[in-house]
Amino acid sequence: MAHDTTHGEHSGAKKRIWQVFIILSVLTIVEVVLGIFKPDFLVYNDLVSLTLLNWIFIILTIVKAYYIVWAFMHMEHETASLRRVVVWTAVFLISYLIAILLIEGDYIHDIYENSYMTWDF
Amino acid sequence: MEATTVAKTGTEGKIWGGGEQPLKASYGKLMMWFFISSDALTFSGFLAAYGFTRFKYINEWPIADEVFNHFPFLHGVDAPMYYVALMTFILILSSVTMVLAVDAGHQMNKNKVTTYMALTILGGIIFLSAQAWEWKNFIQGEYGAVQTKSGRIIQFVDADGERVALDDFASAAPVTRTKHIENKGVWFRGEDGYNPLSIEDVKTGFAANPNLRVRTMEIVSPGEKEILNRENSLTKLNTSGVNVVEGANMKENEYGAPLFGDFFFFITGFHGFHVLSGVIILIIVFFNVLVGTYEKRGSYEMVEKVGLYWHFVDLVWVFVFTFFYLV
Repeated sequence: MAHDTTHGEHSGAKKRIWQVFIILSVLTIVEVVLGIFKPDFLVYNDLVSLTLLNWIFIILTIVKAYYIVWAFMHMEHETASLRRVVVWTAVFLISYLIAILLIEGDYIHDIYENSYMTWDF
Repeated sequence: MEATTVAKTGTEGKIWGGGEQPLKASYGKLMMWFFISSDALTFSGFLAAYGFTRFKYINEWPIADEVFNHFPFLHGVDAPMYYVALMTFILILSSVTMVLAVDAGHQMNKNKVTTYMALTILGGIIFLSAQAWEWKNFIQGEYGAVQTKSGRIIQFVDADGERVALDDFASAAPVTRTKHIENKGVWFRGEDGYNPLSIEDVKTGFAANPNLRVRTMEIVSPGEKEILNRENSLTKLNTSGVNVVEGANMKENEYGAPLFGDFFFFITGFHGFHVLSGVIILIIVFFNVLVGTYEKRGSYEMVEKVGLYWHFVDLVWVFVFTFFYLV
């Protein structure tokens, strides 16, 4: 009886691994196909100063990161507090870092664009 | 007697009395998570700096599909994305074999752990070789370009907008050059890195081929760079072209902004260094598995810890892939 339970858990873990592998592969293939064909309506339409295509890429990347951390790094089996210690720290600090650097980069770009005679000489 | 040996603190059984393991993870695993958190912030710093530079040069950044378009055995074929997609797939696959090794470790199945770890190491080595090939293409370059006075890059296209390599049109300008040789100088040992193609050759060749145009770095619409007409091309090249650039190094590259090459070398190099150290740690743990260290210890937790590191390397690549090749 006990043996059966462990066996069941074991094949469950295996199933999860292959399931996640398929999800990751499919997401990567979707990204590559979109990257090669670049559909016009995704390239020429913006949402909050980023093209729809780039939004899709970034969101799919975060979904892949979720599966890697949760399934492969076994985050789903850790206690809630360990999960929060690792994930919240990273998410908040990285969001802050990215926001501040991208805003600053955009500002410098505006200076180049509007405050000089030419961008190239 | 007992009361003298053990000092009572009055906190026994209280949640803050010590001896609790609120995170229910071993010391080693926790420390691996600490390391991964800090390393994740390091990589985020690099990628955010890349984002900063890219936003700064948003209208002149190189288009990744034009730079990374090589595939083994398909020379001269424009194949963007396929190669890095393959690299990504190899790394994901090696992550899968790693997690299978961890799973086999939970079952205390030494043979399976050995097999899966060997496959993981193989995946890591293939990935590293693939990256070396990618670097080789990047450093070698394909078409060559000319640097202007402002440090920017201009490239050359024919009337249809197809890229043209410098070697195909540059003709030797009438310059005589005497090669300096060893027996004519006291301290001279040999010349290094002399590029036989000079800016004058490019200018002469360009003037002689009326169907050539100059392509600047400026992006006029998504995925398209500005192409000057013949007259402006001649003026541009003759007044501001100062230097021939072929391939890429830390100072300049034929693809565009010099920082593009620097970030490519630094971020993919730092990631590649992580893969390399991952492979080395995996090999050490692999031999420990072989000699039965973890079998004797009664737990394959070390495999789990190196697994965490390996998945983290895969995780970083997912982001590098997106921000260098896709976005």
